[in-house]
Amino acid sequence: MRAVELLDITKRFGTLTANKAVNLAVESGEVHCLLGENGAGKTTLMKILFGLYQADSGSIRVNERPVTIRRPDDAIGLGIGMVHQHFMLVPRLTVTENVIAGSEVSRHGFLDMNTAVEDIAKLAERYRLRVAPRARVEDISVGQQQRVEILKALYRKADFLILDEPTAVLTPQETDDLFEIIRRLKNDGKTVVFITHKLRETMAISDRVTVLRDGAVVDTLNTAETSPAELARRMVGRDVLLRVERPPSEVGAPLLEVRDLSVASRYGTAVESISFSVRAGEILGIAGVEGNGQLELEEAIVGLRRLSSGTMTVRAKELGTGPDARREVGMAHIPSDRLRRGVVPDFSVAWNLILGSQWRSPFSRRGAFSRKQINEYAERVVAQYGIRCGSIDAPVRSLSGGNQQKLVVARELSRKPDVVIACQPTRGVDVGAIEYIHNQLLAMRASGKAILLISAELDEVRALSDRILVMYEGKIVAERSCDAAESELGLLMAGHQAEAG
Amino acid sequence: MWLEILAVIFNLRTLNAAIRMSTPIALAAMGGAFSERAGVINIGLEGMLLVGAFAGAVGSYATGSALLGTLLGVAAGAATAAVFSIFTVEFRANHVVAGVGINILALGLTTWLMQVVWRTRGISPAVARVQSIRIPLISDIPVIGQVIGVQSPFVFVMIALIVGGWVLLFRTPLGLRIRMTGEHPEAADTLGINVRFIKHFSVILGGALCGFGGAYLSIGNIGRFSMGMSAGRGFMGLAANIFGQWNPIGGLGASMLFSYADAVQIRLQTMEIALPHQIIQMIPYLLTIVILAGGVVKSRPPAALGNHYRSGGGT
Ligand SMILES: Nc1ncnc2c1ncn2[C@@H]1O[C@H](COP(=O)(O)OP(=O)(O)OP(=O)(O)O)[C@@H](O)[C@H]1O
Ligand SMILES: [Mg+2]
Repeated sequence: MRAVELLDITKRFGTLTANKAVNLAVESGEVHCLLGENGAGKTTLMKILFGLYQADSGSIRVNERPVTIRRPDDAIGLGIGMVHQHFMLVPRLTVTENVIAGSEVSRHGFLDMNTAVEDIAKLAERYRLRVAPRARVEDISVGQQQRVEILKALYRKADFLILDEPTAVLTPQETDDLFEIIRRLKNDGKTVVFITHKLRETMAISDRVTVLRDGAVVDTLNTAETSPAELARRMVGRDVLLRVERPPSEVGAPLLEVRDLSVASRYGTAVESISFSVRAGEILGIAGVEGNGQLELEEAIVGLRRLSSGTMTVRAKELGTGPDARREVGMAHIPSDRLRRGVVPDFSVAWNLILGSQWRSPFSRRGAFSRKQINEYAERVVAQYGIRCGSIDAPVRSLSGGNQQKLVVARELSRKPDVVIACQPTRGVDVGAIEYIHNQLLAMRASGKAILLISAELDEVRALSDRILVMYEGKIVAERSCDAAESELGLLMAGHQAEAG
Repeated sequence: MWLEILAVIFNLRTLNAAIRMSTPIALAAMGGAFSERAGVINIGLEGMLLVGAFAGAVGSYATGSALLGTLLGVAAGAATAAVFSIFTVEFRANHVVAGVGINILALGLTTWLMQVVWRTRGISPAVARVQSIRIPLISDIPVIGQVIGVQSPFVFVMIALIVGGWVLLFRTPLGLRIRMTGEHPEAADTLGINVRFIKHFSVILGGALCGFGGAYLSIGNIGRFSMGMSAGRGFMGLAANIFGQWNPIGGLGASMLFSYADAVQIRLQTMEIALPHQIIQMIPYLLTIVILAGGVVKSRPPAALGNHYRSGGGT
């Protein structure tokens, strides 16, 4: 039986067509992957099914009956649940409050929290979604927050679950756990739509794949009869190198040196006497599960956080305080949190591209902006880096995640830096864009720049780095060369020092 | 002299006055709590209080019944809030600008209508008012009797409303929906909660509470309406709400503190103190500023306070 059919769905945002006559049929009981580049229209399509957007034309059938879905409660009533790409959770409320809101359990008109907590504990037990029902959402990990989102859908008796890029924020271990949960849901007869642009995940979890490109369906395939290379080709429309070539390079003198760096955080010491140097023509990778001090290390290096002790030099010169002192000596920063640190979402593409250089010539002269120079520059960079946007005047908020990331990379690398601090540079971006960003970083390396790569993606660290440092609980626990085995690095990242070393 | 000052500060009659004076402020604070918990910044509390005071007096004047006057005050406060919520929620006006508009409108409208109804500008003739009541048993208990034994019925209703408001906000499904709407309207929407309804409901409920507080000002005590008689109490309520952490009971506590300072100040003025009256009159306001700006309490407003949300992809 067909659980859901989308027929000829078209959706426009202004002049942009996000979905073009999309047809999608999801069989009941299957795991169906929706694959596509950033901005391909995956989220838009599923938001239409969930009643958050209205299609401009087309129709929807659920369980082989035509339906109209005007609001999320219509979708919920039809047994559809959605876990959003950006979590829809209220941090200061508890897990239980987040789950039950809108479908509360009440007795004599009052909230019956005890029954709700019990119900949720039972549901969590059944699908092994480990969470503490009374904990506040702001106090639990991202992986647990995602389980809360899944619980929200299951609590509303969803038997059709949409997961929008659920793994983008998860550690490898959490991803494995999620896959277990999905298998359990499937065994229980639920239907799952899984949105991603990670090919490995598609191959591992799905029964069928639908590939979207530029808002239109390219094809629907049986997973067993396809390969990652074929999927990548359909997704991007050309052959993609899933692994970039890293030719040998000339390694020169150390450009960035960090000695005995320690950083305090709210909870104690986040970074504990770390030392390393990055040489010209070299990519130094720092691998580690997120939350082991990488963020604090990043912020300390780029001047956003005070050091407790230690020194940092660029070309053997001690750095001053603050981010601007770094920019002066040619340091560029691709931040791990792009929405908060990388862009001003309500500013236009053009403004965002000159952020940080806005008062420098040629963008401003004698204290006034030169619109002409700024626009010319923006047009050039947008074309050169292939950033997909309506125009350079569009607010960055309206760009898809991958294109926002490309914009940040474009701005930082166009500064012609000597030292690049690249943090999670490809988080949430599609294979085409990953290939592109990786090649840009390798080009920087080839031209004799020093690159520090901080990433939780082991594949990325291994593909790009000349040397790899493993970070665990604020310390560097090991240094390995680029050909270290994945399993060994994985163990080191999990803190198994003795066994691995 | 220090002893006399202390005697004024630690005095049951001062406490009695403080509770009485806190009534409109605490009600405005709770009005603010409901509105802001649903995500709507409410600067218009002052105007809603004033409209409530005026309508209370008119109702009482026209019908001769203070009870009917009170009901009219509540209705007028709610109606003013409805105008405010239509502008902010439907037309997505800036909340602060719309709130300031409500305050100006309320002052102008009540002043003009005063001339229409009573042909006077400053102060209305006396109208029927709600008499204070003596609670039989309680008024005989030594300390408590002096504090709440003889009070206006408004005070008792206010306390019941505050407790009821707290229960509504923190112990009922509707309250959870209100809190979620102010924190994350999109999340509320995806859970099938009607965000627009919740916002209108909360703002209008807040307006009704202000209307009741306003009615107390005009017919709960003196039995007259005078121009601009809310005299900043709506703004005090705004501050009390923040100090009270968007919680009706916290708001009552903060209102009591402000009113206590006010009551002490009034009493000190009648004493021979070598300080200008103006300085003494500043005490409650200084206290407000110190508490709010001095970071005595760390406040954490609802996360989506002041934002507009439209379901269906528009922003
Ligand atoms: N609310 C909106 N207003 C205007 N444009 C939008 C809106 N939502 C999405 N878009 C545009 O529609 C296109 C499709 O976006 P969508 O979010 O569906 O992409 P996606 O496939 O989910 O991408 P990603 O992998 O980056 O999440 C993009 O070009 C995006 O900029
Ligand atoms: Mg998406």
